[in-house]
Amino acid sequence: MNGTSRSHTLVAMVADHPGVLTRVASMFRRRGFNIASLAVGNCEEPGYSRMTIEVRGTDDEVKQFEKQLYKLVEVITIRDLTDVAAVQTETALVRVRVSPADRPGLADIASIFHGEIVDVGRDTMIVQITGVSETIDRFLDVIAEYGIDELTRTGVVAMARGTKASRNGSARG
Amino acid sequence: MTASESNGSTNGAVPARSGGQVICEALLAEDIDVIFGMPGGASLPFYDALYHYQDRIRHVLARHEQGAGFAANGYARATGKVGVATSTSGPGATNLVTSMANDHMDSVPVVYITGQVARPAIGSDAFQETDITGISIPITKHNYLVMHADELPRVMAEAFYLAKSGRPGPVVVDVPKDVFLEETTVPAPDRVNLRGYRPVRAGNLRMVRRAAEVINASERPMIMAGHGVDISGAAPELFELATGGNIPVVTTLHGVGGFPETHPLSFGMLGMHGLAYANFAMGETDCIIGLGVRFDDRAVGKVDEFGPNARVVHIDVDPAEIGKVLDTEVPIVGDLKLTLQALNPLIEHRERRPWLGQLNEWRENHPSLDIPDSPDTVLPQEVVRSIYDASGGDARVIADVGQNQMWASQHFWYEKPRRFFSAGGLGPMGYALPAAMGVQMGAPGEPVWCVSGDGGLLINIQEFNTLAAEKIPVKVAILNNAHLGMIRQWQQFFYEGRYMGAFLDNPDFAKVAEAFGLRGVSVSSRDELHTAIADAHAYDGPVVLDVHVDRVENVYPMIVPGTGVRSVIEDPR
Repeated sequence: MNGTSRSHTLVAMVADHPGVLTRVASMFRRRGFNIASLAVGNCEEPGYSRMTIEVRGTDDEVKQFEKQLYKLVEVITIRDLTDVAAVQTETALVRVRVSPADRPGLADIASIFHGEIVDVGRDTMIVQITGVSETIDRFLDVIAEYGIDELTRTGVVAMARGTKASRNGSARG
Repeated sequence: MTASESNGSTNGAVPARSGGQVICEALLAEDIDVIFGMPGGASLPFYDALYHYQDRIRHVLARHEQGAGFAANGYARATGKVGVATSTSGPGATNLVTSMANDHMDSVPVVYITGQVARPAIGSDAFQETDITGISIPITKHNYLVMHADELPRVMAEAFYLAKSGRPGPVVVDVPKDVFLEETTVPAPDRVNLRGYRPVRAGNLRMVRRAAEVINASERPMIMAGHGVDISGAAPELFELATGGNIPVVTTLHGVGGFPETHPLSFGMLGMHGLAYANFAMGETDCIIGLGVRFDDRAVGKVDEFGPNARVVHIDVDPAEIGKVLDTEVPIVGDLKLTLQALNPLIEHRERRPWLGQLNEWRENHPSLDIPDSPDTVLPQEVVRSIYDASGGDARVIADVGQNQMWASQHFWYEKPRRFFSAGGLGPMGYALPAAMGVQMGAPGEPVWCVSGDGGLLINIQEFNTLAAEKIPVKVAILNNAHLGMIRQWQQFFYEGRYMGAFLDNPDFAKVAEAFGLRGVSVSSRDELHTAIADAHAYDGPVVLDVHVDRVENVYPMIVPGTGVRSVIEDPR
């Protein structure tokens, strides 16, 4: 078993039960997988949630992980969106230390990245930025010189393009 | 659970029953006539319900919850039904943890009913409160904390279905004390419908045809049969495949007995302490046919030397096992029995003279099962062989963990499935005695032999009391070498004889047995051994034979960890 390690984006539909997040997280930890990001929330069907999981590994490792995840009774479907046409997006909130004089400069950069100034304090601004993870990484790199006071990222959410929703795919090919 | 995942249809409302009654009714619906457990504060209302069912459900009071869990495992493995064990909350439930992990590793269907503190007390660090559903997530197939009696009929049906279907495993149903008492009019569902759980039936036909092509084209095929043969009831189909295609068979530890071991096509057990020729075969084969196996590290050794030139056909009910260890050319996810029924008609008979000739030559020149001469001491292998002779080969044998486990698997020729039981995956010492209790309850009237080391026996020796109190006629043979034998063997081989924590200063086990109300016999010579085993075999009650065997006998053959099937160490004598 070999191959190169890369980031995979998995989308799983799970029953909205107490403890389902623990079961998923426990399986990750036990099998030695490191979750890069995990986003979970309601989906189109009441009683179910959708999870987007970003995990690093070789294709074989991630396939094994997918099979193990599918064994959880409360996991309904799983799909690996890494190599399919999909929309992937993430939101970050960044509080930047910025003096009043520097505000326009920061606002300019934010605007280039389609970010939004959602709060202005005496010597801080909060920027909300949405996009693919690489865009957010670049934005953070550019504004690093201002000094990042606090950063929070939602983790990636993803959805396959076209009519075939991710819930129609599963680990059972 | 939410309304959108409503499971199965119902028959309309039924008379009110307590949660405890619902569980008892669910046991009866599953044809469970015996359960193993120990009561406590939180499970008292369940025991009060059991009181009214004792004419139909026998409760065997174990003397430690772990004993109850292992007994349920033995019962499940002997019968093919679901085993049931019960405990109270907190320490009762945590004492079951080793047993749950053991079922999980060995794919054994056991439903655990654990008491929990009453609902208002949950989360308050109440007396004997433990989050057993949280603890057991990684070591169970699934688990439930039942917060309303209305959920119990569905949960019980799901628990049994999950435990026994697909790849079997343990399921925990954690029930707060007041839920045992709460009444419900919700009936048991007619069927279980779990949207995220659809175990497969027969394997994909296109893949089955490819498997047949690969097998028919092979010159040196080997069937590697595992626990799936027992679980799926596929022994007749395995026999048909092997004899129909003239394909030799090796088994894993859990596959022992899935194919008759005296058949000329049987080449015994493979693995770390498998037979030399079984392992040589796996090095040279050009086609591995893995049937209900997971290619465990103790069976495979170094992966690079395991069938390096072999094409791999793997049939297993668990898709996660396929491709996990070996690159697999023909993966088939399916129930083994159903899949073999589709495969067998496509398999062509081949002479395979050079291959079978080679295997038989190895068998001739590497006789792994000859017992060496030992003028002054009884060898532990002889004890197993003596049980084989006395029982005419028709006994259920439950091994513990360690050297005894290997000798019990090697020196008895098992002809049928569900005859040899051992905790292969988790390897918990202390398994054999309570598991034998469960096997005997599931196979009443049959000879049941517990073969244990002295170290493992002490771990659950309290179950002597259960054997006596319940009059369970298990025969216990202790291979007493005054050591944790496998530890001593490894320290001899790999730590230059620096023995640390390997010596056991044992009690007189025959006297201990007598004190517990069992027949106890001390054995030190070959003559005493054969007499004692024949007597025990003929006696209709429980017997404990404390057999003082050679203290430093080693298990051979052995594959040194980190090396492969070609590097077998054989008995130097």
